Parts: sequence; C-alpha cells; structure tokens
Amino acid sequence: MAVQALDAARLPVDWAKLVQKLALATALFVVAYGVVPAYASGYLVEAILLPFLALSLAAVGLNLLTGYCGQLSLGSSAFMAVGAFGAYNFNLRVEGLPLAVTMILAGISAAGFGVVFGLPSLRLRGFYLAVSTLAAQFFVQWALTKFGWFSNDNPSGVISAPHLAVAGLSLDSATGRYLLSVTTVMVLTALVWRLVNSATGRNFIAVRDNETAARVIGVPVLRTKLLAFAISSFIIGIAGVLWAFTYLRTVEPAGFNLDRSFQILFIIIIGGLASIRGAFWVRRSSLSSRSFCPGSAHSCSAACSIRAFST
Amino acid sequence: MIGASLGAAAYERASEISAILAVANPVGDRRLARLSSRPDVVLALSGIGISFGGVKALSDVDLEVEVGEIRAVIGPNGAGKSSLINIISGLYHADRGRIAIGGQSFSRVPASRLARLGVARTFQNLALFGGLSVRNNIACGRVHTRRASFVEHIAGLPRARSEDAGIAEKTDQIVAFLHLESVADRLVATLPYGLQKRVELARALVAEPKLLLLDEPMAGMTATEKAEMAGFVRAARDRHGVTIILIEHDIGVVMGLSDRVAVLDYGRKIADGTPAEVRADPAVIRAYIGTAEGENGEDI
Repeated sequence: MAVQALDAARLPVDWAKLVQKLALATALFVVAYGVVPAYASGYLVEAILLPFLALSLAAVGLNLLTGYCGQLSLGSSAFMAVGAFGAYNFNLRVEGLPLAVTMILAGISAAGFGVVFGLPSLRLRGFYLAVSTLAAQFFVQWALTKFGWFSNDNPSGVISAPHLAVAGLSLDSATGRYLLSVTTVMVLTALVWRLVNSATGRNFIAVRDNETAARVIGVPVLRTKLLAFAISSFIIGIAGVLWAFTYLRTVEPAGFNLDRSFQILFIIIIGGLASIRGAFWVRRSSLSSRSFCPGSAHSCSAACSIRAFST
Repeated sequence: MIGASLGAAAYERASEISAILAVANPVGDRRLARLSSRPDVVLALSGIGISFGGVKALSDVDLEVEVGEIRAVIGPNGAGKSSLINIISGLYHADRGRIAIGGQSFSRVPASRLARLGVARTFQNLALFGGLSVRNNIACGRVHTRRASFVEHIAGLPRARSEDAGIAEKTDQIVAFLHLESVADRLVATLPYGLQKRVELARALVAEPKLLLLDEPMAGMTATEKAEMAGFVRAARDRHGVTIILIEHDIGVVMGLSDRVAVLDYGRKIADGTPAEVRADPAVIRAYIGTAEGENGEDI
C-alpha cells in the first residue's frame, strides 16, 4: 500500500508547469516557423541563424558523447566532414535520392566512422581518448584531400551543395534552407531529449559516473560506449550536412579542421556538459560576439567572457 | 536462531570435508565440484590465492555459503577481505583457485555477467551514479533485465514502456522497503553519506539477487545508523530470502547479525564458525588484539 500511496502522490499533474511548457513550445514554433521566415533579414538568416543551427546541432551531438557518456572527443569536425562529403556523394551518385534519405545515409556513414574511432574508448580514458580521437581529425582531412573521388575529382577538393528540394518544393532560397535547417535541428534535438531521459540515457550517465559499478550491475559498458559514439557521430554528421549544404554551400576538407572541433567542444563546456539547452545558448552568444572579433578562436574566448559576465 | 543452528551444522560438515580431503589442487577441484552441485550452496570458493607484486593478499582460502545465511567475513585491516569480494564479483582475477556460483564453476568470474548470475554487490567507497536521482540510481540495478533497444526507447514502443513500468514498480517497492520515499527524486550526490549507503543497498536489492555482497555497509556510520542498517540487512534476508556475504569491521554488529563468521588474517582464513565459536577462538583473539600490545586499534 505504500507503493500505491506513492503513486497517488506523484499523480497530480503540475498544471502551472505544464501550461508554461506548452506556452514555451508554442512560442518557439511561432518564432521558428512564422516570425523568422517572415521578418528576418537575409543577413540574419545567412550569417547568423544558419551557422547557429548547424553548430548547435553538432554541440547537441557531442554533448551526448562527452557530457552524458563522459567520453572526451576532439574529432567532431571530422564527423561533420564525413557527413558533408557523404551526403554530397550519395546525392551525386544515386539518382533521385530524396534529401531526407541522403541526410540519414550521411548520418549513418558518420556513425559507422564514429564507431571505428570510438573503439579506443574501450581501453583509453580522458586525455588519452581525446588524443586518439585526434587521429580521426587528421585522417579524415588527409583522406578527403588525398583521394579525389570524394570531391568528384575537383582539383582543390571543394564540393558544392546540390539543388535542395523536399517533395518537389525547392529549398534553395535563404528561407528554404533555414526551414530545412530548423526542422532538422528540432526533430533531432527532440529525439536526443527523449534518448537522454530513457534507460539508454541513464546507461550513458552510469558509465560516465562510475564505470566499474555500471559493469557490475549489468550495464553493457562496451556496447553503451560504442552506441554513444554512433548516435553522437550520426547527429554531428547531419550537422555537417547542414553546415555544408545550407550555410556555406561550398566547402573544402580544410574547413573541417581542429579549430572547429575545439569550437564545438567549448560550446558544450561553456553551455554546460550534459545540458541540451546549453548548446543553443552558447552558440548564440558566441555568434553575437563574432561581429566584434572575427575568427573562431576569438569568438570562443568572447563567448567565455560573455558567459562569465552573464552569470 | 534457526539460521545460527543451521550454520553450525554446515560448519561441522564443512570441517569434516576439509579434514577428509587433502589440500592438493585436484582434490580441491573435486571438493568444489561436489559442493557446487549441492543446491543449498550458493557460493563455494576453493583454494583462492591472489598476489599483488610480492604481497600475498590471499592464499588458499576456502569458503562456502549456504542458501539464506548471513555470512560475515571479518579481519584486521589488510587481511584481504575486500580482495575476496572483488574476486567473487570478478573485478580481480584470482591467481589460483576456483569459484562456483550457483552451480557454475569459474576460475575468473565475468564481471559483466555477474548480475545475470544472480549476484549483486555494494562497494566499500560509495559507487553511485552522482548525476542521477535516487530513484534512477535504484532503477539502474535492474538494467540487466532490460531487452528493449534504444530505438524502442526513443519511439516509446510497448516493450520499452512495459519494461519501464515493471522496473518503476520494483523500484517503488524497494524505495518503500528502505524508507527512501522522502528523498526518492533528489540527486543522489546531494544526500548525506548514510543515506547514500542505503541507496547503494537499494540498488543491489532491486536486482533481486540470490547472493548479495556487502563490502563494509556500515563503515563510517553513527551507532544509530549502524543499527538501522543492520535491521535492513536482516530484513532483506528474512523478507527477500537473499543470501548475504557481509564484510564488516565492527565486530559487535557482525556477531549480532551473522549466522557464520569467517576470519581472515594476512590473507589466510584462520577461523570459520558460528559467532560464539569464533569469539572464543584463540587464533582470532591473537589476530585482533595482538598478543599483548593490541596495536591494531580495531574496535572489538
């Protein structure tokens, strides 16, 4: 009966909180799909919102791995590159592949790649793992530059975004690309939110907080770590597709360098490890600071200072 | 009372066995085979030895644990008690000897299969998941029963939902059993030490193990907390029928709580029997109090 009493105590829904949440979600939708497409200037969308969305999504992905599962990675921008070049090649080589399928396949390529470079995590921890993920970083840049096949034999290794369309509807305009981006980010963030609040997410946290205890109570530690690498890389890969197709439109392997990996890592450290919301807040403040001091390293340090002032 | 007399009978049987059999290894293996085939023996260790560098932490330790008993392992600091628990739970691998758990014999217990073998444990230094609430920490104790994949969890498919519901129900039962209702939704890292110890016991009990290993569950507690914890340990045995191996420094607690006591000193088992027998054993008195000086500083 103690159990029933407990259930009864948990049952009454906190209406005020629920209404507040619903209002927030509605406001988010109205702004994302109504206000921004209608009123935002081209500059705001192209130079602020599109990179904001792509990097925030990458940060959500990395947070899953580093913040929740405790595996430090410096290979994020390599996984973005795999996603971007994967999507480019799937689109180029498979006739009439829908955009959504292209993106999912690109994500799966990045996931497979992430699992391979996640294998050292079964043996290494902390800084040593971070150094081993650096291998992914350098290997990808090298392979994409070395083998012309990846960029369809473009002499400088540059790829250009294909024509973007969903169900015959062209998304090549700034607003179209924004809608594609914001929808992808919202859907994936919602899925990640569900994941971290599920038993799988709790396994991630268990492995992070105490690996030995996790193993003894039956958490499949190896599988959990590799799953974290796979899902995280999947999301970062799709973030890479957004970065290449909706924001820059033409990218080269050198664009996915170590600086970008650091930037994503700093976003999740400053925004709060194991906090999905943090990925978005910091990305925003680091962008608003960019107009004052260009260069990614500067924007990161500026983000730090802004964060420090605001707290 | 019944447990104690049962324990005494088992002790006599065990000493008969070891008197008849020689110490040599093949014989020890045969002894283990016979012990592990008996349904009333949950755990049997035979000739366990482990060294760290030049230090022999354990040598030639035999131990058998019968269904439903509280089996204490005591000994001065560095006697090898924790090493023994770590070998049983597969965190250390013994150099010599074999371990039989519920009829299956191992030279190295696979730690990742421990929960499915029906063994749960607590740790001497807390090993909770600080980033999870009390309820979620406890729910993690049943993770070995989960089958649903992460996709099923994200999509909220029936199997994932029914697993969650089943585990939530078990968790609520254990939360009520150990009186953790008032803190159930707090982050475990924010709780005081004594309560964290209790959450760890809850996480082990929710797995419904056949054998529960408690590594100093009362270390660092006040007298009141110790009494409370001893009550929980006894209730766990009485209500859930779980067999318990208890490592503890506080001899007062051990003597009142356990059916049989094994005493380790410098990695060897120097005595094994009912609390009364052990208390009167001259070797135990020597190990604990020293001959005259009593420099070990253990509270007896």
